[in-house]
Amino acid sequence: MTPFGGYMMPMQYRSIREEHEAVRQRAGLFDVSHMGEVVVRGSGALGYLQNLVSNDVSKLPEGRALYGVMCREDGGIVDDLLVYRDRDEFMCVINAARHDADLAWMRRHLPPAGVELLDRSLETFLIALQGPRALQILEPLVAEGSPQDIRYYHHRPGTVAGVRLRISRTGYTGEDGFELYGPAEAAETIWNALYERGQEHGLLPAGLGARDTLRLEAGLRLYGQDIDEGTDPITAGLGWVVKLGKGEFLGSAALRRISESPSQAFVGLTLGPRQIARPHQPIFAASEQVGMVTSGSFGFSVGTAIAMGYVDRKMGAPGTALRVRLRQEPDQWAVATVVPLPFYRRPGQ
Amino acid sequence: MADLSGFKFTKTHEWVRPANGDEAFVGISDHAQGQLGDVIFLELPQVGARLESGARLGAVESVKAASDLYSPVAGEVLEVNSAVNESPELVNQDPYERGWLVKLRLDGPLPGTLMDEGAYQTYAEADQH
Repeated sequence: MTPFGGYMMPMQYRSIREEHEAVRQRAGLFDVSHMGEVVVRGSGALGYLQNLVSNDVSKLPEGRALYGVMCREDGGIVDDLLVYRDRDEFMCVINAARHDADLAWMRRHLPPAGVELLDRSLETFLIALQGPRALQILEPLVAEGSPQDIRYYHHRPGTVAGVRLRISRTGYTGEDGFELYGPAEAAETIWNALYERGQEHGLLPAGLGARDTLRLEAGLRLYGQDIDEGTDPITAGLGWVVKLGKGEFLGSAALRRISESPSQAFVGLTLGPRQIARPHQPIFAASEQVGMVTSGSFGFSVGTAIAMGYVDRKMGAPGTALRVRLRQEPDQWAVATVVPLPFYRRPGQ
Repeated sequence: MADLSGFKFTKTHEWVRPANGDEAFVGISDHAQGQLGDVIFLELPQVGARLESGARLGAVESVKAASDLYSPVAGEVLEVNSAVNESPELVNQDPYERGWLVKLRLDGPLPGTLMDEGAYQTYAEADQH
């Protein structure tokens, strides 16, 4: 068990490689209840979220979710989050390590009336079932209809193993799968039900280690490594969740300026054989430093060490040959090639 | 649980096990493989390389981090375990037997500073590295 975002969580149950491969080939089960859930309601909720979140929340119908970022006035990212639309309210899902910072930010920007924030983080479990067998495992446990009908980034209420919860077709692995949100006291019931049902399908419980190698292969950013208050979503390659056309929002002026000529690019790198790049290692072109690694590990499904990081924009074209300084004593370098993200796409995607 | 009575350990979590005559096998402890996590690559010396006691033997690259390896003894490398190059997970699964790293011809007796199993277990439990 390892400390993570204020919680003790398993890095692995057996082996990161085994858990990673289980998710890609069959299914994995993640307890990610450390994530925060904040309900936003009231007559002013939509306008409030439109100001706070980069994406266009007005285009979000009931039963859908979107991914976006909350930015400071200078464009720096406060957090990345999911926003779920329900009939009378919204639910924001935030990173555990940013819980307090996000709540403070969200409260600071509340209008005098018309918006209520309800922090449901401690009352809500979140269990993610991810992999090609996820649907087969979940389906018999759902009381009403089939979760097959829930499209990607859609959600609905459901009853699973007798527990009333939210079924969301989302995840952080690059595989098909579901995330279930429900009352904390029912977490064990849901975990056990999915675990038992998953045994015949070769499901493995999976920890933080596999979560990281999976999301890295899928090119998904990790707050605190790839993005933080010192980075903006345009430079981070998240321009697709920044809807400058929707009107002004927190950070939009800065983001508009940055999008005119961003100086850096966020890239994927594949490493030469037998070398792994790690966060904070500098990236060079010839003898000049041009960037820095923000995430790096071994991609079990792509069969090579992979990394992500920022480089000077002109060095960001796929195929560009760069070097990463792995260590200084003894001097050790890795060859790295810029590749498009993601590193891995699931079959049929 | 493997019979570790023939094993001696270093403070840097390597083990050495004398075998026939003046030969010995070297590897990393179960504690070390657990701390490292899944082993991805190993950097090991060539056959014929001469090692001093405490000198850098090579490195282990795991999902989490890269870690240097240090030789418990002075000697010459006779053989390198090719199985762990192909299947580095052997180091995690079986660190004391199939996950051995190198076979050395010892220059002399084992250093007195090495720990036996009991002393090492106590040391490893207290040590956070």
